[in-house]
Amino acid sequence: MGAHASDHPAPAILGEVKPTPLPRAVLVHNDRDFKWITDKICGIVEGTTPAWWWWCFGIASLIASFTVAGLIYLVSTGVGVWGHANPVNWAWDIVNFVFWIGIGHAGTLISAILCLLRQKWRTSINRAAEAMTIFAVVCAAIFPVFHVGRIWFAVMPGYLFPFPNSNGIWQNFRSPLEWDVFAVSTYGTVSCLFWYIGLIPDLGTMRDRFTAAGNLLKARIYGFFAMGWRGSNRQWSNYEMAYLILAGISTPLVLSVHTIVSFDFAVSLIPGWHTTIFPPYFVAGAIFSGFGMVMTLMLPLRAVYRLEDLITQYHIDCMCKITLATGTMVGYAYSMEFFIAWYGANPYEGFAFINRAFGHYAWAYWIMIGCNVITPQFFWFKSIRENTALVWVLSIFVNVGMWFERFVIIVTSLARDFLPSSWGYYSPSIVEIFTFFGTFGVFSFLFLLFIRFVPIMPMSEVKAVIPAADPHGAHHH
Amino acid sequence: MKTNYGIIAAFDTVPSLYHACEQVRDAGYSQWDAITSFPVHGLDYAMGVRRSKVPRFSLAGGITGFCTGMSFIWWANAYEYPLIVGGKPYFSPMFAFPVSYELTILFTAFATIGGMFFLNKLPMHYHPVLKAPQFVRALDDRFYIVIECNDPKFNAAETRALLERAGGKDIVEIEE
Repeated sequence: MGAHASDHPAPAILGEVKPTPLPRAVLVHNDRDFKWITDKICGIVEGTTPAWWWWCFGIASLIASFTVAGLIYLVSTGVGVWGHANPVNWAWDIVNFVFWIGIGHAGTLISAILCLLRQKWRTSINRAAEAMTIFAVVCAAIFPVFHVGRIWFAVMPGYLFPFPNSNGIWQNFRSPLEWDVFAVSTYGTVSCLFWYIGLIPDLGTMRDRFTAAGNLLKARIYGFFAMGWRGSNRQWSNYEMAYLILAGISTPLVLSVHTIVSFDFAVSLIPGWHTTIFPPYFVAGAIFSGFGMVMTLMLPLRAVYRLEDLITQYHIDCMCKITLATGTMVGYAYSMEFFIAWYGANPYEGFAFINRAFGHYAWAYWIMIGCNVITPQFFWFKSIRENTALVWVLSIFVNVGMWFERFVIIVTSLARDFLPSSWGYYSPSIVEIFTFFGTFGVFSFLFLLFIRFVPIMPMSEVKAVIPAADPHGAHHH
Repeated sequence: MKTNYGIIAAFDTVPSLYHACEQVRDAGYSQWDAITSFPVHGLDYAMGVRRSKVPRFSLAGGITGFCTGMSFIWWANAYEYPLIVGGKPYFSPMFAFPVSYELTILFTAFATIGGMFFLNKLPMHYHPVLKAPQFVRALDDRFYIVIECNDPKFNAAETRALLERAGGKDIVEIEE
């Protein structure tokens, strides 16, 4: 390659090349310093509980009680209280399960994949997004555990977890449902570990602040969980390596979890399920819905706690662009499913897709298309990305659309399979509706506790992205 | 009886800490540490700290997890109670893979975190540095260097002079 010295500010000699750095977006506005970041984030936990929190907490608890009541009724009566029966034997239980698991994926994506890709804008949103992941997995786990009816069998021998049943027979490890047990429980466990590891340095900060303030009870509680963290560089060295490895293993984990969830369908023979596009399509959809939920949660949080300096317009821009990219992938997957249904020349497959778009469940299909394919396209426009209220509304559409996507996939395929003699129409029962609606309460209940008791942003990571953190002195004033 | 643990010096900015660490490293100290509220990029080099050994734990955990998955599924479905499903073979690494893969990740995660805790000697709630009054700002906005008394090169007067030359402030001794 010839060197065109005149085109470059520095001569292109090997070993002496000085690449011109691209301008990086500022991640913390208004030139905030370390002290300000600590005070701001710890202040949320240390201050008195705001009135709105109590209101939200009361409402969330009320809604969560619907799930509790629904599940008590289910266990005491039987799974018949849910609306699914032949031919739709899987309905809202698995729809809700896949929906909630998908919501969780953005948290892991932000904390793991963006960490590996050195996307530093992840720092101010990753703590809340990881918390969201854990709470979403809790909501998701309710459905597969309770859909067996007699829930004590979910953990007792012979069902989900690998213990032999009373005849000494082990689980069938050829079944994707058994893979799911391992995938989801691993996902839940690793998400908790990842979240907790990220919390340790900040819990140390909280401990020291409560000690200084003389609140020894809280200092002891936070101190217990901080494990005696003291921020020594030798500790940081091991800590950062551990964090990087966790990010490295969480990345294939998050991709594999939704891939395995999609195997629940793709490994079957039902028209509309038995497709190889399912794993990547489910993963893209999961990230799409997860980012929808991250924005739904973070934008109000940002407004309430005045976090505009930490969650900047650039952060919102990035999240919108990921939503746009994954939403477009999902739209591509929809069209590719249709194309293959036609190109594959399988009449059952072709019928399944025509039926989705124009059959009895066409209303659900078009809600899905509207929310998942059309909504994200608004994010092409900078003016829309800058309108926080509008972004928030669109993010809710994304959540709605992704729930309908799972509904369309699961219910339309089961309601119209190979034989007209086994066709039917599924409607949810009131117990099912309340149980699902209540999970939003469960989720909000946990999330509200999180923002009240845990630093909502990783202070140690946010501090590392401000200019003053550069050891080579790039502090501009 | 109170014995001294070491000597602590404060620094206001990251660059001053970084250059001070280089000086302490060059002076030949080994039992010392920098305390920062966030991981400072490149400080390992300035301190002469070698690459972390956490990956060794992770690798061991991952291998254990994968072997556990494969051997357990073979044992359960092909040996202990051979299970015939759809005329498929009793064991194949293909169908055992997803579960083994998840167990690889699960065991790696536990091994990584266990390894990190082990190498960092956590939990340790009673470390002398935590008891120092100036530590209250260590995880907030100030940076410190602690040189331990049991360092072979430690000499109260010389070490203090070194830290002063390096720009350290509020230099005090901390007790065990």
